[in-house]
Amino acid sequence: MSEKTYLQALNEALRQEMERDENVFILGEDVGQFGGCFGVTQGLFEQFGEERVMDTPITESAIVGAATGAAASGLRPVAELMFVDFIGVSMDQLFNQAAKMRYMFGGKTTVPMTLRMPQGAGIGAAAQHSQCLESWFMNIPGLKVVIPSTPYDAKGLLISAIRDDNPVVFLEHKLLYGASGEVPDESYTIDLGKADIKREGSDVTIVATSQMVYSALEAAEKLKADGIEAEVVDPRCLLPLDKDTILDSVKKTHALVVAHEAVTFAGPGAEISAMVAEEALDYLDAPIKRVGAPFCPVPFSPPLEQFYIPSADNIVEAVKSIR
Amino acid sequence: MALSKKTLIQMYETMNRIRLFEQRLQEFFAAGEIPGFVHLYLGEEAVATGACAALTDADSITSTHRGHGHLLAKGGDLKLMMAEIFGRSTGYCKGKGGSMHIADMDLGILGANGIVGGGGPLAAGAALAAKYKKTDNVAVCFFGDGASNQGTTQEALNMASAWKLPLVFVNENNGYGISCPQCKSMAVVDIADRAAAYDMPGVVVDGNDVLAVHEAVTEAVKRARKGEGPSLVECKTYRWRGHFEGDACTYRCTEELEEWMAKDPIPRFEAKLVESKTITQKEADKIKARIEKDVDEAVAFAKESPMPETSALMDDVYA
Ligand SMILES: Cc1ncc(C[n+]2csc(CCOP(=O)(O)OP(=O)(O)O)c2C)c(N)n1
Repeated sequence: MSEKTYLQALNEALRQEMERDENVFILGEDVGQFGGCFGVTQGLFEQFGEERVMDTPITESAIVGAATGAAASGLRPVAELMFVDFIGVSMDQLFNQAAKMRYMFGGKTTVPMTLRMPQGAGIGAAAQHSQCLESWFMNIPGLKVVIPSTPYDAKGLLISAIRDDNPVVFLEHKLLYGASGEVPDESYTIDLGKADIKREGSDVTIVATSQMVYSALEAAEKLKADGIEAEVVDPRCLLPLDKDTILDSVKKTHALVVAHEAVTFAGPGAEISAMVAEEALDYLDAPIKRVGAPFCPVPFSPPLEQFYIPSADNIVEAVKSIR
Repeated sequence: MALSKKTLIQMYETMNRIRLFEQRLQEFFAAGEIPGFVHLYLGEEAVATGACAALTDADSITSTHRGHGHLLAKGGDLKLMMAEIFGRSTGYCKGKGGSMHIADMDLGILGANGIVGGGGPLAAGAALAAKYKKTDNVAVCFFGDGASNQGTTQEALNMASAWKLPLVFVNENNGYGISCPQCKSMAVVDIADRAAAYDMPGVVVDGNDVLAVHEAVTEAVKRARKGEGPSLVECKTYRWRGHFEGDACTYRCTEELEEWMAKDPIPRFEAKLVESKTITQKEADKIKARIEKDVDEAVAFAKESPMPETSALMDDVYA
């Protein structure tokens, strides 16, 4: 066990899986010697060579489609798109091909493909490079959607994603690459679809994902000063969603706030809120509150962008409005 | 082709405007005063300049993530561009867009673009509008060698040709898509060869020779205006800087860079103008000094301008 960044944890997961299974390979734009847009694949080209760490042309459709075809043909590709925003170019290959292949073929194939994509605002990259699109992927049967917040989760979940026989959309947050935490040196897995309680509390459940987990933890500290003990639940996977952990928490705290960086309207919080309302309404003492981004594209100018991103204070406010 | 003295001097000015504007951006980015990404066009000034000099204000262009040169060559305002890149409310996009999204619809600039290959279909649309409305206007799609591999670009080439749209595809082949050299991303050496697949003319020109670019694009524009359809002009050039400011650029060798810097399009054109007595060296220096001042003013304007109010966040999501 040693202190590693989220980026190092992802890199280690890739390296260990490539060492373990020669069918695992990487493809994407500038993933080779350049080491990936944010540096996640650094050093892998040197270790595994260009047959297993493949620089592709700038053709997202072909990247996702080739990964899908290769996966259906016995390999375990890990594809990288530089930014989640570029999925638009290749969406058909993901949602009509990769996600549906097994079902349409009557279960006669598997598509063990992992698609890594950084998302999120905060670096002044403007509207076409800053979105959080998890709710798009949550709406597609056949995909799994993983969204880790900590270095520990990032490593274990990525290894699980690579070993999973389904197409997995793996969403990293570009502001988290530098986040550090304890990460075992050896290989380990985390079940896809198992939430983690990042902080225990009795008065309100805050379900938070990705970068918002940190804001939720900060909010919890602020709330503590006012005598409110918040429980922070990180689903880690949005599809499949660990309903039980969320419901158990709500049954204990009797209040729910959901926080994510995707737009609030029709965002992942809508599904989580509806699920809790359907299955645990009687346990709730107050209305459910959602904290997410406003319904607009991500603005460029720093003050606007900061204002756009949901904050710890927004979460505190939401909790106080019901507690 | 005999170009008027006025046109030649305008092209000289444009190239210098792009150069000096971007050199200033380079400094401000290094000083941490510019948020986000900045992709500089340094070294490629002859392409945008030569191409846009073949257009009128009513013609359209689509640009790329490396858009400052295209925008300035099409007549973009120094102040409004600078303010936008600094994220100010007075900028072209009120601070919402930044370097990668600057647009000026009055000048037919359909925006820089954060999506590689995003411009081709948009340019096809602009050309379609011109044809539909019988305006005689044309569209130019600027795109990189990397973008030429994108399906959207190939789809736009095909549609433009099938529909005989008044569109000129200007490929800026600077040899790299970020770190990926052309030889690793495509099998052809000349992107212009791909024009054959769409039954349109494809020509290769020296992209560091503003007159060669201008001549080829003018020819293509003429063809487009006559209703004969699209063309592809490939301009061989080189970017001096890393892909973005901050890129350590370890994937290219310094010899290659030096070789291309020796082919700097600006002194080359300047020498030609002086030699042909189109301008004197003194006049050339005066032009540069004037542009320096214009850039100073643009910087002052940007820096004095306020950041956008947070109350503007939700403006313009819908019309
Ligand atoms: C759809 C999409 N994929 C990837 C990127 C990331 N990206 C930005 S610029 C670039 C390289 C573009 O190369 P090229 O078209 O040759 O233009 P150049 O940068 O050389 O001017 C890449 C891969 C993007 N912005 N959009």
